[in-house]
Amino acid sequence: MKSCSEHTGTAFVFLKYSITIYSYSMGLFGKIFGKKEKESLEKGMEKTRTGFLSKITKAIAGKSTVDEEVLDELETALIAADVGLDTTIHIINQVEKRVKEDKYVSTSELNTLLKDEIAQLLVDHSKADEPASIPKPYVILVVGVNGVGKTTTIGKLAYQFKQAGKSVMLGAADTFRAAAVDQLTIWSERAGVPIIKQPMGSDPAAVAFDAAKSAVAKDIDVLLIDTAGRLQNKQHLMDELSKIKRSITKVIPGAPHEVMLVLDGSTGQNALEQARQFTAATDVSALVITKLDGTAKGGVVLAIAHQFQIPVKYIGVGEKIDELLSFDKKAFVDTLFE
Amino acid sequence: MFNNLTDKLESAFKNIKGEGRINELNIANTLKDIRRALIDADVNYKIAKEFTDKVKEKAVGEKVLNAISPGQLMVKIVKDELASLMGGTQAAFSISGKPAIILIAGLQGSGKTTLSGKLAYFLKNKKGKNPLLVAADVYRPAAINQLHVLGEQVGVDVYSESDNKDVVLIAQNAIAEAKKLNKNVVIIDTAGRLAIDEEMMTEVAHIKEAVNPSEILFVVDSMTGQDAVNTAKAFNDRLDFTGVVLTKLDGDTRGGAALSIKYTVEKPIKFVSNGEKMEMLDEFYPERMAQRILGMGDITSLVEKAQENYDEEQAKKLEKKIRRNQFDFQDFLEQLQQIKKMGNLKDIMGMIPGMGKAIKDVDIKDDAFKGIEAIIKSMTPFERANPDIITQSRRQRLARGSGKDISEINALMKQFDQMRQMMKNMNKMPIPKMPGFKR
Ligand SMILES: Nc1nc2c(ncn2[C@@H]2O[C@H](COP(=O)(O)OP(=O)(O)OP(=O)(O)O)[C@@H](O)[C@H]2O)c(=O)[nH]1
Ligand SMILES: [Mg+2]
Repeated sequence: MKSCSEHTGTAFVFLKYSITIYSYSMGLFGKIFGKKEKESLEKGMEKTRTGFLSKITKAIAGKSTVDEEVLDELETALIAADVGLDTTIHIINQVEKRVKEDKYVSTSELNTLLKDEIAQLLVDHSKADEPASIPKPYVILVVGVNGVGKTTTIGKLAYQFKQAGKSVMLGAADTFRAAAVDQLTIWSERAGVPIIKQPMGSDPAAVAFDAAKSAVAKDIDVLLIDTAGRLQNKQHLMDELSKIKRSITKVIPGAPHEVMLVLDGSTGQNALEQARQFTAATDVSALVITKLDGTAKGGVVLAIAHQFQIPVKYIGVGEKIDELLSFDKKAFVDTLFE
Repeated sequence: MFNNLTDKLESAFKNIKGEGRINELNIANTLKDIRRALIDADVNYKIAKEFTDKVKEKAVGEKVLNAISPGQLMVKIVKDELASLMGGTQAAFSISGKPAIILIAGLQGSGKTTLSGKLAYFLKNKKGKNPLLVAADVYRPAAINQLHVLGEQVGVDVYSESDNKDVVLIAQNAIAEAKKLNKNVVIIDTAGRLAIDEEMMTEVAHIKEAVNPSEILFVVDSMTGQDAVNTAKAFNDRLDFTGVVLTKLDGDTRGGAALSIKYTVEKPIKFVSNGEKMEMLDEFYPERMAQRILGMGDITSLVEKAQENYDEEQAKKLEKKIRRNQFDFQDFLEQLQQIKKMGNLKDIMGMIPGMGKAIKDVDIKDDAFKGIEAIIKSMTPFERANPDIITQSRRQRLARGSGKDISEINALMKQFDQMRQMMKNMNKMPIPKMPGFKR
């Protein structure tokens, strides 16, 4: 162990050092800063729904009109569902505005109001869902932080596409996490689809490249590419992801046609950062929210839709191969306040 | 949302200058700000409320001294209270029993298997133990394989039964095997499960009954949101676990779940997991976590990272030079190279208090310093040691030598000057106390 004074000494040097770097980089990046500143939805969903709904219902039970207290409790319910401060405030403000305009709003009308507001957050941003002619192979790159459910989702998707009569192929571009390739291989067997893989430790971009080539050669309809979990603040890993993406484009111009960011439904506000950074690295086009069979409310969906205009495509509601549902905005909102 | 709670509180308190004491009235908005900062950091909203009530109690009546601004005082009260709530009695890690049994449990994807590998590494290399890893996740595809791979990486045996789905039996067999092999610690990795999955919760409770662990660790993802309290409570009700492990702390989550969980179940946070490599397991430092939750940066980790990569001799030399206001271009060049050694530039800057959010959207390339290095490298040793002699004509030469525009040379000179000026000012300041430092 180093002595105390040595610790403090080093710390002191480093403090200066960091401030030095800090000030320097502020100078260095000053311009950038300035610019930037200017600038059978059934089982699983039910739990999400009832949790959320019961809170709101409780909040307005026994009241005939929407008052300050009702709004407060509504706010609490939204926060408790991980909707986050910004989006919660946005929703409350919208509701408040409408309440003021209409003078008298009953609590049952509040449901409709809320439904409207939330639907608007979700619907407004959804892009045209399916392109007129689906390219072939249709390549989906699956990305996300560690342990969110990427590999499982790929297994489930492969199964769904196969059921729909498509030919499917998997690409095992997680060559990093222990036994990741084995895990995806088991899913490929469960779904009954081929898998392109290389030994652990291979270059993931090379695996993706191979998979794309093979999908073209074999005239595959849908190619699903798994990637290693990575935390969004690790720039080199995000760069690696961009590289994987580019290697796919090299083989198939315009691919990947979909970049799916998988988010764990129990994640809090960090999910926003995940959406931001993964989008910066790979242009995320759709979200998958997993583990909504748990007690987490998945309110993060609203916050992300509000801020990033990325549509949610699927939700995971269990570990079995058929426990992936299409995210139906209308149904989601409708059932939320039924 | 709150780049810097300190700044926010500073301005909130501007209006009470002269009032002398913190009172109910002048603190109201501040408490709201604190509560929102906590919620923004994923602290459970109920706990955030109770917490601010507590802070209010502590703060009201506090004298505002001249030496420290009310904002700073509030931050200190908040931070200390957070740290003491999350810390408290630091229960030791119990590896008694022959063999000692450690049971690992948690939600899907929280990081249990990785943690199991890390614990095995830690116990073997830091505690001189001879552990056995047990693969009791018989559900997730390739989970057993995953543990085998990690076991191999850390040089620890792994016990598994490929055809057996009875995890209680597997655990018991593993312990018998451990005794035979003279292993003194058994680490049982279990499948991820939802707290509301009755069947699976019963299963893990059965394992507990059968093997009587000396440690039951609840593994939780540090990015967890408001639901953390429910899950922690459910697992604790069923398992009465002995400690919590926070994982994925190498991410940029503020980690409010740490407070929520500690507050709810009153169990110590025994380890934090902060990387994918097997040696990346750390003790829990409540003070650091408090700063992190408040978005105050993580200067302590920064210092540690520096220490890891810093040559003590060189540090002393540099300190002397700074103290004597002799910091020159050669030192600057060396520093830049040091920083590069420390890893990703953006990661490092993210640890500097107040920098975190500011650099979020800025694309900082790892070769950001390349241009500066090129300029300094075209200086003569004499010029590097005597920045003041670099006159206009010398600058012209530097521009040609480094292939840069003269304006860039001028900018560098100016910034270097400002930097030295700042160091001079810093020398007049007392040595700051480093948070979280063992004294
Ligand atoms: N309950 C539940 N568990 C899920 C769901 N989706 C995935 N999981 C589980 O979450 C755990 C992690 O899933 P993986 O698919 O391995 O996650 P990943 O993102 O590929 O993980 P890494 O590759 O290690 O980053 C596994 O135990 C899955 O069974 C879901 O919708 N509900
Ligand atoms: Mg995976």
